[in-house]
Amino acid sequence: MTEAVPSYLSPTGQEIVFLLLGAVAVGSALLVVTTRQLVHAALWLVVSFGALAGGYLVLTAEFVAWVQVLIYVGAVVVLLLFGIMLTRAPIGRSADLDSGNRWVAAVVAVATAAVLVTMVIDGFRTAYTPLRPGAGAAKELGTSVFSTWVLPFEALSVLLLAALIGAIVLSRTDIPGGSPPEQTGGP
Amino acid sequence: MHIVYPAVVSALLFSVGVYGVLARRNTILVLMSVELMLNAVNLNLVAFDVWLGDRLHSGQVLTLFIIVIAAAEVGLGLAIVLALYRNRRTVDIDQLRDLSEPGTPDDPADPPLRRPDAPVAAGDSIAPADPPAAQDPATTPDPVRTAEPAAEPAAETSGQAGHGRGDEQPAKRGGAL
Repeated sequence: MTEAVPSYLSPTGQEIVFLLLGAVAVGSALLVVTTRQLVHAALWLVVSFGALAGGYLVLTAEFVAWVQVLIYVGAVVVLLLFGIMLTRAPIGRSADLDSGNRWVAAVVAVATAAVLVTMVIDGFRTAYTPLRPGAGAAKELGTSVFSTWVLPFEALSVLLLAALIGAIVLSRTDIPGGSPPEQTGGP
Repeated sequence: MHIVYPAVVSALLFSVGVYGVLARRNTILVLMSVELMLNAVNLNLVAFDVWLGDRLHSGQVLTLFIIVIAAAEVGLGLAIVLALYRNRRTVDIDQLRDLSEPGTPDDPADPPLRRPDAPVAAGDSIAPADPPAAQDPATTPDPVRTAEPAAEPAAETSGQAGHGRGDEQPAKRGGAL
């Protein structure tokens, strides 16, 4: 695991591909949090998640990569786009997407990045592993999920059901006992 | 593969998500930033699972679980955002200050109902003007009260007296000072 760490100056092809994908992911994530158009933020999120899925593929986690594509790119982003449409957000450029404390937020984020990157580089400088294809295939992961992790898996399915029922209850308006409709003006 | 590369990428993604959560005003953009942070954690889990060569694949299985939880979270979050939009006609976080401390600076939603400037005009001029303002929330259960018209005046007067007394208490204290 830690024997004979190769040099950082001669990266392998896998590392180059992963670094390019990581640069795409981080760059499009920056665009997500800085763009002035809501819909573009959702579309840049697609690019970021797709690049991350490529990174999972390089890291031999194939099943996680395809689940990422299916659920994040396919479902979550579509759900976010639905949310944007249903709240009648402005489609074009809008100037007030950033809060007034964005400089404080930038300082906090840069400090977080500095601390994390310094600590990670300091701690895992010598960590190296050769990539073994097939370690994250669907067969291996399925065996693991349905032998070792059955109980959390079933609990998660119940949680997903509860979340879906909660979302339905929250979004229906014809259930009595909710907030009265004449409060739409708001105080 | 050096483990430092995915770890650094995930740290940068997490910081970008932190910036988005703190700096954005639109609630849906805040949800997107939360998703970015969750993805950073996922990348970390996958990288360390590959590094440690876990036989149980705990890192990748936990990544799958986090993806499922993120899907549930986005569904619930968007339902909450839609309920918010139905009630308030806005999803701007800066305007949703109902839970803030009264009297906080730059608080536009501070209700002027409990302003401590009542003691200045503590006498009889302002005190009768306050109960109608304080009674506004009390008029909403009117349909309930019309069901029993006999008890209506008593209930109304008692409610008014209670509101008046509640508003006069700081006034009296201010007068004593």
